[in-house]
Amino acid sequence: MDAVIENFPLLWGGFLRTLALFGIGAVGSLVLGTLVAAMRLSPVAPMRAVATVYTEWLRNTPLTLVLLGFAVVVPNLGLAPRGVDSQTAFFILAAIGLTLYTSPFIAEGIRSGVNAIPVGQAEAARSIGLGFGQTLSEVILPQAIRMVIPPIVNVLIALVKNTSVAGGFFVVELIGASRAAINARGDQVLAILLSVAVFYLAVTIPLGRLQTYVEKRVAVLR
Amino acid sequence: MSTSTVLYDVPGPKARRRAHIVGVVIGLVVAAVVAWVIVSLALPRVGADGSTRPGYFDWSRWDVVNDRAFWRAIGNGYLGTLRMAGIAAVLAIVIGIGFSFLRTARTAIVRVPTTIVLEFFRGMPVLLMMLFILLVFSAGSFWAGVWALAVYNGALIGEILRSGVAALPRGQREAGLTVGLTPLATRFLIEFPQAARNMLPIIIAQLVVLLKDTALAYIIGYGELLRQVSNLSNYYGEQYKLSVFLIVLVIYLATNLLLSWIARVVARRTGPGAGRPRIPRRGKVFATQALPTTAIRTRE
Repeated sequence: MDAVIENFPLLWGGFLRTLALFGIGAVGSLVLGTLVAAMRLSPVAPMRAVATVYTEWLRNTPLTLVLLGFAVVVPNLGLAPRGVDSQTAFFILAAIGLTLYTSPFIAEGIRSGVNAIPVGQAEAARSIGLGFGQTLSEVILPQAIRMVIPPIVNVLIALVKNTSVAGGFFVVELIGASRAAINARGDQVLAILLSVAVFYLAVTIPLGRLQTYVEKRVAVLR
Repeated sequence: MSTSTVLYDVPGPKARRRAHIVGVVIGLVVAAVVAWVIVSLALPRVGADGSTRPGYFDWSRWDVVNDRAFWRAIGNGYLGTLRMAGIAAVLAIVIGIGFSFLRTARTAIVRVPTTIVLEFFRGMPVLLMMLFILLVFSAGSFWAGVWALAVYNGALIGEILRSGVAALPRGQREAGLTVGLTPLATRFLIEFPQAARNMLPIIIAQLVVLLKDTALAYIIGYGELLRQVSNLSNYYGEQYKLSVFLIVLVIYLATNLLLSWIARVVARRTGPGAGRPRIPRRGKVFATQALPTTAIRTRE
């Protein structure tokens, strides 16, 4: 236990970096994912094609491969961020990689939520004389947003866990910090790794609770 | 298209023309991006020391593909990935079956601790579990990867199977008990086969995720496919890094797309409604495409 207390500043710094990766990844992939979902639902065929290829490509590539590409191959191409120290550069690259990797899952979550709305809802709205804008804003979207929340929170929980992969690519987040701590105190591996587990659970369990709560609060009664 | 547009009227000539223009613009943008990538890859590279290297389409970047040893190394890496995924998948299914039984046990003494353990495993990054097994149990990197993947995915498959059993009509269990089977025999002989069959597509989707996650073993130093990117570019030289990376990327994509396709076929053949004539679906509010089964992933 003393090894954890000794290395607490290190682990705490790693935890903050994990949170930062999660925050950037969540915001970025929500924006990008919404865009991709909109493209995939659009009536313009080339837009759908681009979005489909993007989704299938990234979903079938391991995250480790994506982050390896950003940490190793991108600098090899001479595209690494300039004017920052290497720590920050790797952090930026990992954040971009996580955002890109997560966005198709967000897009799929949104799409499946929207698809789950029975077509009768739109038919009913149209038949009582609502226009396109009214149908969308008064009938479809209020239901779609509720349906979309549980799958999106699932994706975000996965994102928290996925930030750990960045630890393998020169970012000192929780996993990176725990490796440094283990190098310093090899006799206390168990205590250090269990404390890292507690840090992760401190984020994932509240997110899971939030999901159950929101699901109950905004459930669509049918 | 005609069935899908409940939201707006069938597009007239103006709207069609507008959609056409948008399509052309997007095509141009995509073509421009692709062209930019190709041109910038083809340009010669200037190193930090001022030396220039040929662009990425130069043969000197790709001539390793003539080397037999190169492909042997790639093949070995691929076998390493498949071996880890195969063993971990079998173990994950066994562990998942075990978890699903313990989780639905009738005594709370078994059920409650199992639920807590399951929640714990599901909230953990797989990489942390790999490190844990590697360092605490001092297993080799292969078995650390296998067991971490098996336990994590076993926890998820257990939940999938449990929800499969829960989704069965109650009459199934009641019928089993009525003909004199014990509760355990009812579970094994009546409920479980049906649940496994219904949940097969989701389980296969989870196994695709497992295959993808074997790449995590790269970080703990196991010699799988991804490891070959750094191994081979160390051995043959940095100029081959992108080439090896692209080859590995294509192998992963091909394998995963194939497995996802198998999952879709299995879903059609064995899922609910298989064997009945397919009824044309009613149009969706927005989409013009059917939702692929692989969208029901339980973990991304």
